[in-house]
Amino acid sequence: MPKSAVEVHNLTVSYSQRPVLWDVDFSLPEGKLIAIVGPNGSGKTTLLKSIMGLTPMSGGFVRIFDQPLDEVRSQVSYVPQRESVDWDFPARVRDVVLMGRYRPKNLLSRLSKTDREVADWALDQVRMREFSQRQISQLSGGQQQRVFIARSLAQQAKLYLMDEPFAGVDAASERAILDLLMQLKESGKTLLIVHHDLNTVRQYFDWVVLMNTRLVAAGPVEEVFTDANLQAAYGGQLTVLSKVADRVKEGGFPVREKKVKS
Amino acid sequence: MDAFWIILTGALVALCCGLLGSFLLLRQMAMVGDAISHAVLPGIVIAFLLSGSRDSIPMLAGAAVLGVFATVLIEWLHRVGRMQSDASIGLSYTTLFAIGIILISLFTRQVDLDQDCVLYGEIAYVPLDLWILAGGQSLGPRAVWILGGAFVLILTFVLVGYKGLQLTTFDPAYAATLGISTFFWHYALMGTVSMATVVSFESVGAILVVAFLIVPPATAYLLTDRLPVMLGLSALFGLLSSILGYVMAAATNGSVAGAMSVAAGIWFVLALAFVQVKKSILRSQSVSR
Repeated sequence: MPKSAVEVHNLTVSYSQRPVLWDVDFSLPEGKLIAIVGPNGSGKTTLLKSIMGLTPMSGGFVRIFDQPLDEVRSQVSYVPQRESVDWDFPARVRDVVLMGRYRPKNLLSRLSKTDREVADWALDQVRMREFSQRQISQLSGGQQQRVFIARSLAQQAKLYLMDEPFAGVDAASERAILDLLMQLKESGKTLLIVHHDLNTVRQYFDWVVLMNTRLVAAGPVEEVFTDANLQAAYGGQLTVLSKVADRVKEGGFPVREKKVKS
Repeated sequence: MDAFWIILTGALVALCCGLLGSFLLLRQMAMVGDAISHAVLPGIVIAFLLSGSRDSIPMLAGAAVLGVFATVLIEWLHRVGRMQSDASIGLSYTTLFAIGIILISLFTRQVDLDQDCVLYGEIAYVPLDLWILAGGQSLGPRAVWILGGAFVLILTFVLVGYKGLQLTTFDPAYAATLGISTFFWHYALMGTVSMATVVSFESVGAILVVAFLIVPPATAYLLTDRLPVMLGLSALFGLLSSILGYVMAAATNGSVAGAMSVAAGIWFVLALAFVQVKKSILRSQSVSR
């Protein structure tokens, strides 16, 4: 049994009496590329936020690398949804990536040369170095997403939690992000990713967490990403989804061509 | 000499407010400055009633307490009471301001503490209120010393706390995941805004404080895409508004604080026109290409 990266036990979260997550319980191994999949409003984002301690839990607890979050904070990095911030904020790409170097301890002092080098390295990783002096509002959605990922890389963590990194990105960005995720996995990092595109789950991921407020199943993709589990997670939306599931079973993955924004 | 003191007073208010107002603007909390500047009124009156004098120190303390209380109330109504943030601002400061008005009309009718003085201040009287040592030497207007001290504090806060303010303004959730307290930075900023508002409006009145908290930062926001430049530009436009405002007031023999607010608005309109013209030129160039 490999060491677990993330353990979630009996996690329940509710907003004004309505449960968003109900008794969610799973354990995820280290060194895997893991998708969190479920219909809209199934609590995927809330799950990431509660693992990061951003949402108060009504019950249950979370352990990361066998410890409470506060003990291992420096080894965990979070990439929020792109829409969660105002991209008209007066900052350039490099300013945002440098934020990944901020710590409670260095917050009042100046950034070091190492910090700047790490930021440049992170920009290289997402192939955005040439944009480092660009105003962040003048980037495409995919480029903004890559800036967020670079900021997270600059933390040099062991576990990465990303909320919909592939949502609304162009094909070039999708490629760059995917390559990077694979590369991070090769170097032993654990990646937990909220994903919305069922077509690419088998192709991209090792493990999957299927959920719909409750946990439907969590495990290796080939065991867990089954027709029956998808039905359980998506329920009523099945007419569309059975087609998707059929395709997934056939093993034919439709490659979606998206226009690259210039 | 009086002109110099008045312009300096206005400029110090503008510098204090411009630096802090930039962060309020980016946090979409521009109206919080307005709220604080009105909500401090009951604090001033209560401090006056308790201490029985128009001495600055107790009044400043009372006002600062109420200023922070107003921001706590706004946050509470928003988070716990689930009001929209603009509604919680509107609720908090109108109520607190009205309580202040009632207190003034009930208890302080015989004293020179009236709504006009609180709202409009009287910057023209600044040179009359001198800080005179026991030996009889004059060190210049008291307001300039108080505002100068506040400016040093605020500048230090913004310089030392720059990274914390920047990160918690741009992406508070991410800041929290790094273990950085968004709660601390929110109340540090609100406390500083309360202080700036209180020390400023004693001499220049609430209207000018609100104008300087919002208008120069908004002008700077139009002109730059870098936060440090925005901070510098809003200080600069505050300074220019103070000078232009004094000149206009002297020419028309009108209200100095009013003229300074209008001057801030004039710079904003000029900047807006500049940006629009630049955009349309760029657009026509790219079309012709």
